Amino acid sequence: MPKITYLENNGNSKIIEVPNGLTVMEGAVQNDIQGIDADCGGGMACATCHVYVNEEWFDKLPKKEDGEEDMLDMAFEPKKNSRLSCQLIVSDELDGLIVSIPSKQG
Amino acid sequence: MIKTDTLIIGAGPVGLFCVHQLGIIGLTCEVVDNLDKIGGQCIELYPDKPIYDIPAVPECTGEELTNNLLEQIKTFKTNFHLNERVEEIKQDEKKWLIKTNKGTQFEASSIIIAAGVGSFEPRKFSTKEIEKYEGKQILYSVKDKKIFKNKTVTIFGGGDSALDWAIELSNTSKVILVHRRDDFRGMQASIDKVNQLKEEGKIEIYTKYQLDSVEGDDKIESINIKHDDESIKEIKTDYVLGFFGLIMKLGPIAEWGLNLDKKTIPVNTENFETNKKGIFAIGDICSYPGKLKLILSGFHEGALAARGCFKYAKPDEKYRFEFTTSSKTVKSRLGIKE
Repeated sequence: MPKITYLENNGNSKIIEVPNGLTVMEGAVQNDIQGIDADCGGGMACATCHVYVNEEWFDKLPKKEDGEEDMLDMAFEPKKNSRLSCQLIVSDELDGLIVSIPSKQG
Repeated sequence: MIKTDTLIIGAGPVGLFCVHQLGIIGLTCEVVDNLDKIGGQCIELYPDKPIYDIPAVPECTGEELTNNLLEQIKTFKTNFHLNERVEEIKQDEKKWLIKTNKGTQFEASSIIIAAGVGSFEPRKFSTKEIEKYEGKQILYSVKDKKIFKNKTVTIFGGGDSALDWAIELSNTSKVILVHRRDDFRGMQASIDKVNQLKEEGKIEIYTKYQLDSVEGDDKIESINIKHDDESIKEIKTDYVLGFFGLIMKLGPIAEWGLNLDKKTIPVNTENFETNKKGIFAIGDICSYPGKLKLILSGFHEGALAARGCFKYAKPDEKYRFEFTTSSKTVKSRLGIKE
């Protein structure tokens, strides 16, 4: 099962095995990762599952679909490597992905 | 003091259908919502997005769903208290006394919390030192546009609110528009207009910039904005407007002594009552084993919670289950003439 590393905003790092097909957001919410709110439940409508993707991974991820960049406008401290974790679907290709969680979601 | 059987907090789809369920069993209600319009997340987050999983409605948008629910409850002539947030609740013998941030007071025998993920509030700048200027020179909405006349206003954001206010205020103020990327997500006509005003020298635009810091003591003198390439630009400005959309905050609900599980309220699945007698929670804000955050689940929860409210509103009466197809009483409550 792909392993995803979540760097929590309190400094903790957690490696979680997330089944293929779930999103990086669901992997976080189901495993009590701190700092991913996911208020809208994965509808790309709230920007509270915002993460920073580790640089070496950013270009390997599927490109943003329409609307994700619009939502990132509203995220807390968006950066170039910002993504919405509800839009990152876990697959074998994502094994080893590292994401950092912002200090706040809003 | 407004007296009612049930106070509903939240005018989203689940709160609206609950008005219907209370109405057909003969209970009155009032609805409070912090947004300026009815519909909750459906209207604020996805008014134009189609929804495909409302039973017997193959496809509808958030706005259509809201309008249909309003049509369904029209007969009850419900009072909606919009732009108001419930701040305090207090038990007084068998009643609940409720107070909003605008000072409106209610007396109700039960409360139904249908508040989704909490109340919508403007997203703020992330810069720490700005707090003391918020509400004065740093604003997230425009209440009186006259204050900007002949002043310099720096607007942050890339959506319709940012663009619309940039266009509007450019008539009477010096407007500087700052956005974190080159693309604006507002309506094309507004984007074209803003670009035209830029050509005419009426608006300055800085893209790939975000707010970095604020200079000033009691008053803001200038702000520094930071480019993606880390370079800093200083802007002298009188006002700063931020339009980053809304975020949902649980807010005062957390202070009412209700059991909480993360940002949700645990309930029983018999009538969706919380740990406090007479307070119910339905829709996205409630949690129980197997909970699905679907509108259709919220409708079911509202139907049962409404029946749960009955014994508090009419302690001396026995609730009797009736169908809308056959009950004369229910039909008369729905205003149907036969």
